[in-house]
Amino acid sequence: MAELTAVLASTHHPFYYKATTSPPAERPPFAAAWQAKVEAYRETLTAANPDVLVMVGADHFHQFFLDGYPQFLVGKAPRYDATFYNEVREFGLPTYVLQGHTELSGYLLQGLLDRDFDMAFSHELKIDHSIVCPIITTRPQADLPVVPVYTNIFAPPMPSPRRFYQLGRAIREVIDAYPSHLKVAAIGTGHLSLELGGPRQFGEHGPDPEFDRKAIEWLATGNIDAILENVTHESLSAAGNATAGFMDLILMLGVAGPDAVADYIDELDLFHTREMYLTWYANGVPDGAPVRSLAENLHELEAVAP
Amino acid sequence: MSTYYVDKFLYTVDRDPEWLRQYKEDPEGCLEKWEKEVGCWLSDAERSTCLDLTDEERAALVHHDYVWLFEHGAHFFLNLTIFIALYDEEYATRSGPLSFQREFAAKLQHWVGKEYPSVAI
Repeated sequence: MAELTAVLASTHHPFYYKATTSPPAERPPFAAAWQAKVEAYRETLTAANPDVLVMVGADHFHQFFLDGYPQFLVGKAPRYDATFYNEVREFGLPTYVLQGHTELSGYLLQGLLDRDFDMAFSHELKIDHSIVCPIITTRPQADLPVVPVYTNIFAPPMPSPRRFYQLGRAIREVIDAYPSHLKVAAIGTGHLSLELGGPRQFGEHGPDPEFDRKAIEWLATGNIDAILENVTHESLSAAGNATAGFMDLILMLGVAGPDAVADYIDELDLFHTREMYLTWYANGVPDGAPVRSLAENLHELEAVAP
Repeated sequence: MSTYYVDKFLYTVDRDPEWLRQYKEDPEGCLEKWEKEVGCWLSDAERSTCLDLTDEERAALVHHDYVWLFEHGAHFFLNLTIFIALYDEEYATRSGPLSFQREFAAKLQHWVGKEYPSVAI
């Protein structure tokens, strides 16, 4: 059977690429610290040594629009163009052609249908920054085949937080059952509290630091009960109008499993949002793989607190 | 209200540099042309006959009035991205990075602490 070697759940930030590749004099003051955090996090995926990446993201009205927006979708193409014109324009992101893995895509699609998830599918999917960003941060050589899974965190009405978690559980079951020698890593990105196009955007911190604090602890300790008790579409909106992206992180906790304590936990307070980097080594910590506990993370936060 | 049609305008113009240029230089002419050449088409061959803008929506789009659009349920991401495309560069040159985005937020400050207009259609 395939081996799931790592589950990564992180925020994605389209400013990262430009902030860390511009000429040094043009980089923002936080770029070096940000790059150090990201490159340390990248080592968790490198240590897991995957052959293929299942990547969970969401189309930000690039390919899909309100004339037909899928709630959940699996990409089934042999190759994927990545990065849209308006992402190059706004963020300076590079374009890619990512290799697909049609066999695992097909197996995942059928396996999810068999588990009562009526997934949409696409044979011509262009990947946007929800997947390009984690390629840049965790696998910049972009050399592994990918199986994209898209969710709706964007166009209400959306599936419930519970449904995102259940989909994550089902994805885990299908990967574990996949008859293959391959090592698989699952990478999903979303958001902590985030505001876009509203009055709380681009402030000194994210729109709801208290939510961020709780959210990181819930995810890092695998506390799905607390998440499902506290997180609703309404509570997410109250934390920031784009905070629904947190549901993709709930999905990734579903892939990691109930009560799964993350092996690597890190975060960074950027000027208008909080970055979070979590990894679960799903089948044991690989030799030499980096680990970073919640206590260690909190200790650093206290040390840098004003 | 025909929020879907407003969102369709924002979506299709933002993804095309030539439409963006026209929307910046001549919003009224752009909107008129867009309705004939893009808005009323479902695909290259199929016409949509069920969509129309209200006078208020038309005025908001012509005046680049992102506050009105926010307050009437245009999708927050589309409403931000397209006006970043139109204004970010000139604001950044004049007043520094993200100055347009911060002015955008400031004009919506009266919504802090309130439930925002829904973007659900």
